[in-house]
Amino acid sequence: MNALFSQFDLWSAFWMTIKLTVIGAIGSLILGTLVAVLRLSPVRMLRAAGTAYVTVFRNTPLTLIVFACSLVLWQTLGITLANDHSRDFFTVNNFRLALVALIVYHASFVCEALRSGVNTIPLGQAEAARSIGLTFTQSLREVVLPQAFRGAVTPLGNTLIALTKNTTVVMTIGVAELAYQLARINEFRSDLLNLAFAVMAMLFVILTVPVGIFLNTFSKRLAVKR
Amino acid sequence: MHLRRSTVSIAILAAAGLSLTACGGSSGDSSSGSGDKIKIGTKFDQPGLGLKEGNKYTGFDVDVATYVAGKMGYKPDQIEWVQAPSKQRETLIKSGQVKLVVASYSITDDRKKEVSFAGPYFIAGQSLLVKADSTINGVKDVKGKKVCSVTGSTSVENLKKEQPDLVPQKFDTYSKCAEALSNGVIDAMTTDDTILAGYANQSAYKGKLKLAGDTFSEENYGIGLKKGDTATCEKVNTAIKDMVKDGTWEKLVKADFGDSYEYNQKTNPPTPATCS
Repeated sequence: MNALFSQFDLWSAFWMTIKLTVIGAIGSLILGTLVAVLRLSPVRMLRAAGTAYVTVFRNTPLTLIVFACSLVLWQTLGITLANDHSRDFFTVNNFRLALVALIVYHASFVCEALRSGVNTIPLGQAEAARSIGLTFTQSLREVVLPQAFRGAVTPLGNTLIALTKNTTVVMTIGVAELAYQLARINEFRSDLLNLAFAVMAMLFVILTVPVGIFLNTFSKRLAVKR
Repeated sequence: MHLRRSTVSIAILAAAGLSLTACGGSSGDSSSGSGDKIKIGTKFDQPGLGLKEGNKYTGFDVDVATYVAGKMGYKPDQIEWVQAPSKQRETLIKSGQVKLVVASYSITDDRKKEVSFAGPYFIAGQSLLVKADSTINGVKDVKGKKVCSVTGSTSVENLKKEQPDLVPQKFDTYSKCAEALSNGVIDAMTTDDTILAGYANQSAYKGKLKLAGDTFSEENYGIGLKKGDTATCEKVNTAIKDMVKDGTWEKLVKADFGDSYEYNQKTNPPTPATCS
């Protein structure tokens, strides 16, 4: 057990997983909200753009998106997200590319979760908001979105938990998170493999179960009673 | 009525579960008719060593395995190929899913604790693959350069012992490294020279990539088999000796790694170690 943690730096891998999850969650929440606003907007072009985004990215294999970020954005288009001459160029660049992929992918789920939240609000409320003279932006900000977020806590929580587990996919471009260390353990200390699996499972349980319990109580308390 | 319906559906679910497990279990003896089959594990994605294209298997490991199986009395159509990625080789052998693993499998003391090895049938060494017009000529030139290898391999750690000052990148497969190398975003990739020669000899990269410098390690490729199975090990070793003696070994090396590939003449062709 100690050998596992000292030889493979599991804590920093665990920290990397947490960083990917938290930053990914914040980023996809912002981008997802923007896309949801597009899909709710009265302008047809914007609605189409939002729908197109969700159609393209929802459930496109995440490995594909992650690797496309590396192959297309960085290798082919030459977009670097870190200092090219720095010694830790790859560490930083891969981490940021991975975040882009995670955010882009999960934003589509956040968007749909929010839309489901919007659907819990009676149409009359939006109409009432407009009829008292609020603009589209105002009615979204003051009436629709606050209630939508409260109604969407459960599906948003599902997305968060999925995001936590999906961080393992970014190993494919060499980000040193938990799955990356598991691959190394498999190669260098395959005698510890069963223990390593158990430890990894525990670490993910530690991340996801409290979030699940918290969200459950949270969603009950926040739900708009009608 | 309700109870009955749910009982029926539970029964159906249970039956489905059973039939699924039946599918999942290894049914080695279900192959039809023509005598016994032998299951051999090899790589499916390593050009030059073990590559699956459609129903065809090519590469040095595949050819060696076919020759060895031939000497053990199995015709090529009696071989059932099983994909053996690096991570699963020990498991495949220990659980009896394959008889032999011929998959650029280096003999190491750690692995000997879990499986037995016949061979070696080839001695590879770590080297560098660079673009054809690169100025990198050997280990000393990669100072401060971007070097690619795969996650969970010893290659970069080994290279760092020779040249501590480098910028390592890791992907999960060598193909991604080769692609990045040909795109020019990394300066070199490092692993066994056999694997590198396989990429340099692949039609997509032919003439674009080249091997640079001498090898700086010795990787003894062995044939993995169940721990303590000396009987099979002896048979395999005899086959390897025959293969070297009758010139097939030399022919296969040329055919699979390309004419320009120079193997380490001092260590090759190897003499198989005694079985234990």
